[in-house]
Formats: sequence, C-alpha cells, structure tokens
Amino acid sequence: MKKLINKPEDVVKEALQAIAIAHKDMVKVHYDPNYIVRADGPVKGKVGILSGGGSGHEPMHGGFVGMGMLDAACPGAVFTSPTPDQMQEATKAVDGGAGVLHIVKNYTGDILNFEMAADLAKAEGIEVEAVVTNDDVAVQDSLYTAGRRGVGVTVLAEKMTGAAAEQKRPLKAVADICRKVNAQGRTMGMALTSCTVPQAGKPTFDLPADEMEIGIGIHGEPGRTRMKLKTAAEITEMLVNPILEDLPFKSGDNVLAFVNGMGGTPLIELYVVYNEMAKILAGRNIKIARNLVGSYITSLEMAGCSITLVKMDDELISLWDAPVKTPALRWGI
Amino acid sequence: MTVLRDDVIAWLGAFADAIAENKAYLTQLDSDIGDGDHGTNMDRGFQAVRAKLPELADKDIGSILKTTGMTLVSTVGGASGPLYGTFFLQAGTSAAGKLELSLADWTALLQAGVDGVIMRGKANLGDKTMVDALVPALQALKEAAAKPSDFAACLLASADACEQGMLATTPLVARKGRASYLGERSAGHQDPGATSSHLLLRAAAQAWADAGN
Repeated sequence: MKKLINKPEDVVKEALQAIAIAHKDMVKVHYDPNYIVRADGPVKGKVGILSGGGSGHEPMHGGFVGMGMLDAACPGAVFTSPTPDQMQEATKAVDGGAGVLHIVKNYTGDILNFEMAADLAKAEGIEVEAVVTNDDVAVQDSLYTAGRRGVGVTVLAEKMTGAAAEQKRPLKAVADICRKVNAQGRTMGMALTSCTVPQAGKPTFDLPADEMEIGIGIHGEPGRTRMKLKTAAEITEMLVNPILEDLPFKSGDNVLAFVNGMGGTPLIELYVVYNEMAKILAGRNIKIARNLVGSYITSLEMAGCSITLVKMDDELISLWDAPVKTPALRWGI
Repeated sequence: MTVLRDDVIAWLGAFADAIAENKAYLTQLDSDIGDGDHGTNMDRGFQAVRAKLPELADKDIGSILKTTGMTLVSTVGGASGPLYGTFFLQAGTSAAGKLELSLADWTALLQAGVDGVIMRGKANLGDKTMVDALVPALQALKEAAAKPSDFAACLLASADACEQGMLATTPLVARKGRASYLGERSAGHQDPGATSSHLLLRAAAQAWADAGN
C-alpha cells in the first residue's frame, strides 16, 4: 500500500485537523463527536443543512460546508457511516431556529444512523426533516436490493438546497428543492481501478489491467459488471444512455451535466469524457445549461468517473448560480 | 443452572477477542461483497466495549448489555453499528435488573435482540444478512430448551445452528445492504454479518460451557 499517510488509523483525524486550520475562515471542526460546521453559524432564521457519510469521498461532504451550501458535515471512518451522536450534536450546532434538513445518501448504514440521530434530535425539540438521495441507475430499485445508491446528485442537491436555505426559505420549501433535484437527477459510474482503504491495507477488489467495472458505487465495492476496457467514447455511451433512458430525458431538456472523477483520474481524462458526453447530448437535442467537471465525490484513489445529469428549470438554474463559499466550491463571492 | 454477571462480562471479552482475531477475515469477506470495513469497524467497537467492562463489573446484566449497545452505536458506524447496537440495547432491556440468567432468561434475551435487529434493519430470512444466522440460532435454542437438556448443550446447539445459517448464506443473492448492489455477483460469498454473528454465539457457548458449575 503506497499512500501519503502516517498511521492508517489516524488518517481521518489528521485530515480534520488540517481542514480546521487550512479553512478556518470558512469552517470550524468539533472532535468527539467529530463534525465540521460553518464558522459563522448557526445562522438565525435559516434552515440548517446537515449531511455526512464515510470519509474517503473528499471533498464530499466537509469540503461543502460554508455559505450557500452545508451548515455541517459529519465524517465517519473511511467508507463507514458516521454515528448518531455525531449527527445529533451537529444538528444542535446548526439549529438557527428554523429547523434542520438532513441530506442522507441511500446506503443502509447512512439511513440507519441518520434515522437514529433524527429521533434523538426530535426528542430534544428540534424540527428535523430528511431527504434521501438515490440517483444511481446502476442498481435496480426493487424489493430485492437496498435501493438505488445516493451518488453524484448529492453534490448538486447540496449546492441548490444550500442556496434555497440561504434565501431564508422555510424548512419544507428547502426540503422540496432537495427532493426535486434528486427526483430529476440520474447518475452512472465506472472504475478503471479499485481503491485501498488505509486500515484494510490492500485494494478492495482486483481489477486486471485490461478490464473495467461498470456501475460502481463510491465505496470501492465491485460494480454490476466487469468487462474489457473500451474507449472513452464507448464508455461514455455506456454511462449516458442508461441515464437518459431512466428519467427519461427528452429532446429540448435543459440539463446540469456533472462529470465527476473518482479521485484517481486526471482532469484531462474527465474532459475527454465530457467531450464525448456533449456530443451524445447534442445529438439528442439536450442542452447543457450548466456543468461541473472535477473530482467532487470520490472513492479515495479509485480511477474512474461518474456522470450525473439533472433536468433543470429557471429556479434550479438560479439556485445553482447563487453565491457559494466553501473549501471545494466557490463562486459569486 | 445459571449464567452469572461475571460470565456475561467474560462472554463480551471473549467476543471482543474473537473479533480481533478474525478482523482480517471479516474484512476480506466484506471486501468481496462490500466495502471492506466490517472487521475494522467491529474491532473498533469491541475494543471500546472491552475498555468499559471493568467499570460495569458491579452493574446488573441489563445495564451491561445496554451500555455495550450504546457504545457500539457510537463507535462502530455503518449498518453494523445500529444493528449490533440495537441487538444489545434490546437484549439489555429484556435483562433489566437481572444479576443472573436462567435458560429461559437467555432465550428471552436472544429473542429480544433478534427482534431488534429485524425491526431496525428490516431484513427477511434469505436476504443474506446476519438474520440468516441469528434466526436459526434462536430456533435451535428454543427447540433444545424444550427438551430436557442442560444450558451448555442448548448453547452449543444454538451456536451450531448459527454456524449452519452462516454457511448457508454463501449461495444466496443479497437483497439487503451493500452486497445487494452486486446482484448475482454476491452469490458464492459468505456474508460478513452472519459470520460475526456466529462468532457472537460461539463465544457465548464456549464462555459458558461451565456456566453455573
């Protein structure tokens, strides 16, 4: 295992310590239980937005804490859901008197821990709503699975929902924006390599040099199918077509297109994929209103990418354009 | 014949040892059909439990189990934290105030724990989860207890049934948890949660083989 770390068991703590000093103008870090909060919070009269999940997906979620996006992020151990005490304390810390929204990715661990945390917070008199993201088209949503995973749309939902909250919209309206982005967004991912969880010491799965995994999640788990490596053009088709068919997206639709790196893929390759995606969308008369290209929801050093498309309208576009100031996303200010 | 408070503490320590010894194995099972953190997470949780055991020595069995549950909830994370946490919290509620456990007490405690896991995780038999090991274990315990047999023999029958349930998860296609994303590819791998559940009940059977003697 070749990583830029000290001891595997200290990685999360050391990263949090760095975030606390590197971004002290935007965030504060609380330890035991661990959570990251907006430095100027809680903001009175504003809905507090909280998310969280395993570490190893940076910048998600801690890198999205700040004005216009999240009020708090709860980091668990690598690829492990955070625990209810983290969310309970963080919920109290971001309560500005207008209620708190939990944005929860659809994974069994996240769902169970956030559920327990919401019960605890409600018992203390804080109004909590939760919205679950489940945009992954690689998994069949059926009685026979844990449901679709929450992946790329989570980043986009956190941005647009954060903007709605910053405008001092009430809790239900803010939650509705989050639900709308999730309902109108679809994602598909693929991997060229696995990744190594520091405390496991070796890759989660072995992928031969000439093969790839289609339909991966963000925790280094194997995907739906494994096949021989193809070109970027072929791979992009395999990602975009299921997305388009699933919503379905139609001719004339306006989309937010997000080409996301899994952590180990260079930006130049993400742009190659974007180029292919743009050709496919143009061919279907789907307009790219806005875009995001980069590694925002990662799986440690996994090489690969995911594509997320969200059907947009004027309201969502203006929420996307609204100012944001976080370690990972910053515009308009 | 009864299980005393010290025996319960010995069981928890023995389970913590088993988790530590099997940490790499559990992680490997979880890498095959998950994200490779089950061994690490359970070990972290049970090291925290072990550290608390000395201060629990004079508490009733219900409190010992509930404290174990709460410790797991706040240290394990993932799905295992809430599931094992709820197991021990519900088991602890069942054993509230008790300083020793009869076979009937242990059966009620295990029932409460298993009910808690099912309530929390909503898994059915055949979903390829810890439930596939725990439910047969509970069933075997009740059947053994209905015949005239001693506590230790009942625990052994229960642990053996748990082991059979664990092994039987291998051909199943997962319908819950992270393994369910793999679809058919999850078949042919033993479930990590069922594996740690077997360690739990095997540790009880071994720790209490001489219970009450």
